[in-house]
Amino acid sequence: MALSAAPALQPVLEARGISKHFGPVQALKDVDLSVFPGEVVALIGDNGAGKSTLINVLTGVLPLETGEIVFGGERVLFSSPHEAREHGIETVYQDLAVAPHLDAVANIFLGRERRTKGVSGFLGFLDNPLMRKETDEQLAKLRVRVPDLERRLVTLSGGQRQGVAVARAVMWASRVVIMDEPTAALGVAQTAMVLELVRQVRDTGIPVVFISHNMPNVFQVADRIVVLRLGEVVTELDPRTATIEDAVAAMTGSMRFSNREVDRDG
Amino acid sequence: MGDSGEGYEEPVTEPSSARQRYFSKVSASFTPVILIVIIIVFAIREGSSFFNARNFNDIIIDSSQLVVLSVGMTFVIITAGIDLSVGSVLILSSVVAAKAMIALSGTPQDIARFEFPTQTIGIPLGLAAGVATGLICGIVNGLLITRLKMPSFIVTLGMLGIALGLGQLLSGGTSVPNVPPAVQTEIGLRELFGFDVAGHHVRITPPVVIAYGIACIAAIMLNRTRFGRYTYAIGSNAAASRRAGINVDFHLIKVYALSGLLSGVAGAMDLMRFGTASVGSHQSDNLAAISATVIGGTSLFGGIGTIGGTVVGAFIPTVLRNGLVISRVQPFWQNVAIGMVLILAVYLDQRRRRAEERM
Repeated sequence: MALSAAPALQPVLEARGISKHFGPVQALKDVDLSVFPGEVVALIGDNGAGKSTLINVLTGVLPLETGEIVFGGERVLFSSPHEAREHGIETVYQDLAVAPHLDAVANIFLGRERRTKGVSGFLGFLDNPLMRKETDEQLAKLRVRVPDLERRLVTLSGGQRQGVAVARAVMWASRVVIMDEPTAALGVAQTAMVLELVRQVRDTGIPVVFISHNMPNVFQVADRIVVLRLGEVVTELDPRTATIEDAVAAMTGSMRFSNREVDRDG
Repeated sequence: MGDSGEGYEEPVTEPSSARQRYFSKVSASFTPVILIVIIIVFAIREGSSFFNARNFNDIIIDSSQLVVLSVGMTFVIITAGIDLSVGSVLILSSVVAAKAMIALSGTPQDIARFEFPTQTIGIPLGLAAGVATGLICGIVNGLLITRLKMPSFIVTLGMLGIALGLGQLLSGGTSVPNVPPAVQTEIGLRELFGFDVAGHHVRITPPVVIAYGIACIAAIMLNRTRFGRYTYAIGSNAAASRRAGINVDFHLIKVYALSGLLSGVAGAMDLMRFGTASVGSHQSDNLAAISATVIGGTSLFGGIGTIGGTVVGAFIPTVLRNGLVISRVQPFWQNVAIGMVLILAVYLDQRRRRAEERM
């Protein structure tokens, strides 16, 4: 099933037969997903299709019930998002997991603070100039625009805040970046910036799992599109040959049968 | 700021940022302005009977315990919690300190003759027992809040009753008698150093050094250490902090432990200043500490607050009380005035933030 993006490579991250229930609701049904080095996999689906649930299972936010996750050739079980991050999987969450009262530097280094050397570092003193410098370099490299790194995020626009969240994920990801609706709250220019970031990350060889409702964005940036519907993977599309209509049809299920029949007829 | 801004172009969507920042800088200093206005009003009304170095010395000494309680409260409120138990924990700590001090300062026969042969051991150990009592209460608060996933309001309201009741049980409901007077004369009132300002003698005593030393250390902790950073982060977005790998529960236990510890310190200071543990006063200290913290700009919703603001916030009620007493205004007006300042200060603060923030 692997498409031309990276046919000969081993997947970096592979989910096999993932199922997940919330009470009587089956959120995921036997889902398989492979992520190969240097590709952007778009995960699309209507509300409630299970996109976020799948990501939360993959990154240790939700416990794995059925199925297995293979990461770098080994079976893994992440019991917390922290463990997933230690394996080099970074996630940009839909609900903007930043601390809005802290500035960009503090957010980017949250949970990974650099301390000063010697006794003061032992006492927990932070090396703010060092963190500031590393943030500056990272943001400049990624061309993320933040008007003032020492301003609390609460005073920034939604796009700038998202820029910080994305920059944080990209800065620390060594294996996989997962982005859950990273452009949902953004304007045109800021969306373009995030899409450009996605391409830059992919070009370094680190795969990106890109979840979005926005079909034009998905077709702009994805190498491969996986469609979820009602907790199941219904199809996989190649953005170079498929159209947005095909994707919407697969997501909603409305055109699924007639499409298949047309295919068969043709 | 300039060096970071270069290299990227300032997005066009930001025309008002300079104005916003100007506005926030100007209005950030509202609370000190209120304090200065209050001082000026009393200075004009009462002249040198209010506005003299000796009186300010008294105000600083009077505010010392409230400063200590409010510093702990600031950490708690920045995490979006509340500690209603600080006043009762203060009472329990001072009663435990007094009882331990008496027991360790001599035999019951010695004490009955008001002699304290071993008070050089008894006094420090007694004070330490008081501080430890506060610390234990704080740890219990933190454990209950994080382990039982209970709101801090409920847990600390429960602790308020428990600590107060235990304090009353231990003391029999009255002030503890036969406390070695040396704790007051040799420690609490000892003049560490003094100087004269315009004919008035200013005395720096241990409670002042303890209170403002703690405030300085706390300010450094909050601004420069990881402990402070996590305190803000948890109050700002606990879920994001958890996802970032911060052990949120453990940090909260430490924050409530700190508040309890400082309540214990304030209890020990009570014994130093007044030479007895009294269960009657301090029962509304929790509300005084919350008021001082909030007047000082700490947000009850978490993520915002400074120690400097809290110290100013603790001064306001102390100065008001002092000035109104000197003005011979009926003392009941103090509460009215403090309540009005609380509402005014928080209103101004909220308005400033709404102008600045976009969420």
